[in-house]
Amino acid sequence: MSKLATELPAGPRVRLVLGSDDWFMRGFIALIVLYLFVALALPLYAMLSKSISTFRMDLTQFQFQVSDETGFFSGDILSADELNAAVGAYSEQELNVGSGGRLSATAFFPDFSFRSPVKYRVRGVDDSAVFLLGSERRTGPSWVELDSNQFRRVVLRPVTSVGLDNFKRYFSTPSLVQSIKNSLFIAAISTVITVLLAFCFAYALNRSCMRFKGVFRLIAMAPILVPSLLPGIALVYLFGNQGLLKAVMAGESIYGPYGIIAGSVFFTFPHAMLIITTALAISDARLYEAALSLRTSRWKTFWTITIPGARYGLISAAFVVFNLVITDFGLPKVIGGQYNVLAVDIYKQVIGQQNFEMGAVVSVVLLIPAMLAFGIDRIVQRRQVALLSARSVVYQPSSSRIFDRFCLLYCSLIAIFILGILGICQFAALVKFWPYDLSLSLRNYAFNRMDGGGWAAYRNSIELAGLTAFFGTVIVFTGAYMVEKTQGFKGGRTLFQFLAMLPMAIPGMVLGLAYIFFFNDPDNPLNFLYGTMAILVLCTVTHFYTVSHLTAVTALKQMDNEFESVNASLKQPFYKLFARVSVPVCLPAILDISIYLFVNAMTTVSAVVFLYSTSTALASVAVLNMDDAGDVAPAAAMGMMIFYTNVAARIVHAGLSRGVLRRTQVWRHH
Amino acid sequence: MITRLIGKALTLGVATGAMALVTAHAAELTVYTAVEAEDLARYAEQFNKAHPDITINWVRDSTGVVTAKLLAEKNNPQADVIWGLAATSLLLMKSEGMLEPYAPKGVENLDPKFVDKSDPPTWTGMDAWVASVCFNTVEADKLGLTAPTSWQDLTKPEYKGHVIMPNPNSSGTGFLDVSSWLQLFGEEDGWAYMDALHENIARYTHSGSAPCKLAASGEIPIGVSFAFRGAKSKAEGAPLEIIVPSEGVGWDMEATAIVAGTDDLEAAKTLVDWTITKEANEMYNTGYAVVAYPGVAKPVEHFPPNLIEKMIDNDFEFAANNRAAILAEWQSRYDGKSEPK
Amino acid sequence: MLRTDDENPAFLKINALWKAFGDFLALKDISLEVAEGEFVCFLGPSGCGKTTLLRAIAGLDPQTRGTIEQSSRDISNLPPAQRDYGIVFQSYALFPNLSIRRNVAYGLENAGHSRSKIDARVDELLQLVDLPEQGNKYPAQLSGGQQQRIALARAIATKPGLLLLDEPLSALDARVRVSLRHQIKELQRKLGVTTVMVTHDQEEGLSMADRIVVMNHGRIEQVGTPIQIYRDPDTLFVADFIGEMNQVQGVAETADRVRIGEVSFNCQSHGFSPDEKVLATVRPEDIVPIERDHSDQADPADQGVEVHIGDMEFLGSYWKARLDSPRLSGSLNANLSMNAVRRMELSVGSHLQVRLPSDRLKLFANPSAVT
Repeated sequence: MSKLATELPAGPRVRLVLGSDDWFMRGFIALIVLYLFVALALPLYAMLSKSISTFRMDLTQFQFQVSDETGFFSGDILSADELNAAVGAYSEQELNVGSGGRLSATAFFPDFSFRSPVKYRVRGVDDSAVFLLGSERRTGPSWVELDSNQFRRVVLRPVTSVGLDNFKRYFSTPSLVQSIKNSLFIAAISTVITVLLAFCFAYALNRSCMRFKGVFRLIAMAPILVPSLLPGIALVYLFGNQGLLKAVMAGESIYGPYGIIAGSVFFTFPHAMLIITTALAISDARLYEAALSLRTSRWKTFWTITIPGARYGLISAAFVVFNLVITDFGLPKVIGGQYNVLAVDIYKQVIGQQNFEMGAVVSVVLLIPAMLAFGIDRIVQRRQVALLSARSVVYQPSSSRIFDRFCLLYCSLIAIFILGILGICQFAALVKFWPYDLSLSLRNYAFNRMDGGGWAAYRNSIELAGLTAFFGTVIVFTGAYMVEKTQGFKGGRTLFQFLAMLPMAIPGMVLGLAYIFFFNDPDNPLNFLYGTMAILVLCTVTHFYTVSHLTAVTALKQMDNEFESVNASLKQPFYKLFARVSVPVCLPAILDISIYLFVNAMTTVSAVVFLYSTSTALASVAVLNMDDAGDVAPAAAMGMMIFYTNVAARIVHAGLSRGVLRRTQVWRHH
Repeated sequence: MITRLIGKALTLGVATGAMALVTAHAAELTVYTAVEAEDLARYAEQFNKAHPDITINWVRDSTGVVTAKLLAEKNNPQADVIWGLAATSLLLMKSEGMLEPYAPKGVENLDPKFVDKSDPPTWTGMDAWVASVCFNTVEADKLGLTAPTSWQDLTKPEYKGHVIMPNPNSSGTGFLDVSSWLQLFGEEDGWAYMDALHENIARYTHSGSAPCKLAASGEIPIGVSFAFRGAKSKAEGAPLEIIVPSEGVGWDMEATAIVAGTDDLEAAKTLVDWTITKEANEMYNTGYAVVAYPGVAKPVEHFPPNLIEKMIDNDFEFAANNRAAILAEWQSRYDGKSEPK
Repeated sequence: MLRTDDENPAFLKINALWKAFGDFLALKDISLEVAEGEFVCFLGPSGCGKTTLLRAIAGLDPQTRGTIEQSSRDISNLPPAQRDYGIVFQSYALFPNLSIRRNVAYGLENAGHSRSKIDARVDELLQLVDLPEQGNKYPAQLSGGQQQRIALARAIATKPGLLLLDEPLSALDARVRVSLRHQIKELQRKLGVTTVMVTHDQEEGLSMADRIVVMNHGRIEQVGTPIQIYRDPDTLFVADFIGEMNQVQGVAETADRVRIGEVSFNCQSHGFSPDEKVLATVRPEDIVPIERDHSDQADPADQGVEVHIGDMEFLGSYWKARLDSPRLSGSLNANLSMNAVRRMELSVGSHLQVRLPSDRLKLFANPSAVT
């Protein structure tokens, strides 16, 4: 600094005059930053403030007067506070209540009897004091005079204030705190199992010469195409009391940790497998050649080369799985039984008890492990990328009969598990009345006769997925382009990068709840979005923003940085380059983003479960609600509809990619 | 496909704005309801026979969700009318000042039990929705279970793990069970009863109809649910017996109210007037054996005949005003108690 | 001939340019003038600031202080699109999804030209870079050298006043590099476009540029024609960086004499005071072997010194020999012609006399002697 200060002559820094392109690009960045603010930061802020908005009985607000036996009022006017101090009817703890809190007024009068001829007067000190006479709401400072029989119907209502009381209440409620332990337990166990299974699977795919690798890879990806609650339904049919394989459970119930873990392994498996496969694929074949020439045993090679080489992948997979499991809502909702976890607690607090404040508190609690897991994963990913760029010779496995057979057997078992889960759902969906009438029928597809939104929900889901894929891809890719290719404007770009990474750390339940608080506020000018398809699209795009953004950024980074310079030197507007070069070159990534958004919009439950309305009911939510209502087979049927739709979308995507690539990416094939 | 979707998205914003205008002119009402999905179309159709000029936009969900939604929208009500929501929920709305007091034309014809006690009343009942026990005879035979006849029977050790009931925290049916036991047995004995029952409960479901459906499918042989659901499952061919416990059964009403602050009070009044007519009550009778209009009810197929006399004298005010406290207590006693085995 | 003067005002005028990256100063007080039609080369080791200077001229990374004028117009704070130049990068930066024709035509579109006019211009340009048949291919189908020619064609398509070349040949292999060197130079001469090229390869600079700007640590070390830079380096850095240079410890004597080891030589006149420690420099090819039959004895007046060959390396057209001499207390590298080696029957261990011509012996301050 001192060097700079002494050498650099004084004077203003040279700043380039901003051209129209610069203004446009900066404007666009500002626009997307604004979008992320509205769609993410502000709702989260609304949620945080909700979690600290408390309800407390303010006893000084209420005043009472008691008459003599003839009904003549002559006694002192006493506030409820003074009365409580005298008789100790309610403890401090009891005065901290939820939004639904009610205190009976008779408790302030120990000698109260509803047969007594004594009369009572009650009033508030001002209009903010609310009490109920039965269920009638009264406010204000005019006396309400009641006989004893009426007076017993008087209950006091709390006032709002700000504080950490909700958190205190949360942590002093054992059943709620238990959920933290449960969630961590489930997530930890599922993580260990999934990573182990996925590693072996990826190892078999990468390091053996077994047959059917392509088929196995395809099957292993299938769980991504279904909502996370579908394996829960399948497990009921397999291991429930009327399950095909009930005997396996040896009297234990599938409802609870067993079910959640088994289902979690199913739906997180492809995520872990993808990450580990990538990690294994980048290890350097020359290391193995060196090991071979040194006559290192296979076992030792595995522990000294394979595992260290894949360590970042393993760690990253572990945290991704952990995050997926701990934030998942659908599966524990379906098969959790009495085993409470945080994500379901949010739902129960909000939907069951209408306790929005406590829902917000649980959301904040859930945010902590999710954010931690996300943060660690990011750090590890960065190291993995560093390894990736230094990649060298690709490992070519050599054939070994026993090992290959063993791998084939193992992968077959995993494939059977995955296909079995899907198959049992399809079977149950087609059976007339499980288990009493196993004849086939399409009865369970008569969704219009069930709760959950019927076939309209399915159509809505496709519409949501289409809109999300389209608008999401446009917003994400354009945003990533602007932030990658804009010169200067460091503050705006840094803010953008931060906001773009944030959604991944926010569990869907938390985002959905935050949206209620933010968009349902009547003072919010965006309130009109509430209950529309638009808010579902907004929420879903935001929920899945990060991965899409990273995909776009990776693709953009692979492009020559000097394109923009050349474009400017040729005096062409930036949008020409964008349309003529950047988009066509990145088309494979763009298509990947859109299919990613489409599939996730079809399967997501957690973010939208608070936001759908009757006219915008969704298939994934219908699966949940039908299962909820005991219509398990129709739920399975709808879940499989989602699966087939996603399979179809994938096929269309593959065809489209191929066609588009052939047309626009001729240059790649030469 | 894509262009269609874009077009749709572009019109979305416009449409939302336009909808508000349309509501004012051609009388469209946004009606929140928890009535079973398959009945809704029929209700609207019947109503439109009498009043073709008023269009109903249904917003339907389970009792818990609709209640949550209404409360969430307290300061910005989206609904004009509530038609078919638990009276306990409406009492909550009432205490928040969310309902428009209105005495519908002909309210004097209704059973006074079904009308809010305030004057003018803020809500009027439609039909009653009564707790019952669904009992799967086939599975019971396999397990060698005898049919229970009372609530107390359900605490017998032989039923351990064979009873399922809704979680009162999420299900209206679950709550009416709990509140009825507290009313039947008294506070202390009520909780003692639930402690004993808890030992036999396989798990608590989120929905009120799920226990009966699970009993119907044999997953759990005994489901504490409501009579209407049991009758339906039975009609679908489930080997069910619908048991009305001898101590008496809890119940709740489906009820109707106008949401304070509606854009079109006149149309809302027209709708509410119609919901208490005799023909409306006849319509309710297809699903519900007990309706608000005296003398209308005809027996419903598979419905237990002695159900009506077993309905307890329900104190809705008690239920509504103690709801938060009961649920908190219930939660601390039973929720999350089951550890990993 | 291309120096700027009052009659031939500078086309590009850089005045007191500074560039700071955080605390690091990448350019320090750079002032430079480039005449119209001149080919100037920024030469220096990596990190010397040459690319930074080029990017400042292009407006891609604006300078922190100072001004730049082009055609008497102050372009200091104009964005790239409002300046007037074409640019070619080391990476070619051809648009991979556009055909060669469309790459070349890219800058011609949206400029109000008719389709046929653009086509004609593209044909002309492809002809100019000697790739008339390749128009319908894609960049990936061409070799590196061909791609760079296309990049060049694209850069000059709009007839910019200034052509900027950022290490254009560095990604190519040696043979292609040499031939493209000539092509670019020829093209530049033909078009007469003012050109600034950045390179770290001195051979490239020497062979192509009208003038070379040698840079080091963010400063200009020397500006001059290739011959000036090579023959008469202003600084030890330039002497060392351009070509090969023997550096031996010496002690200054009189104004044009230096003592190396025990031997005293005439040298270029210098400003060192007597007995000051200096570095004496001489290029290997300037060391002349003296054939025996002319003189048996080394004659100091003849700038001769007796050496023996410590090592010889055959480099095709000449031999590089390490000449050791106890009298010089060090060794010198000399380039010996094939003829001389054959005639004098030189081999490792041979003794001979060499002459260090006085006008080729130049003194610099000895950096290690400075305390």
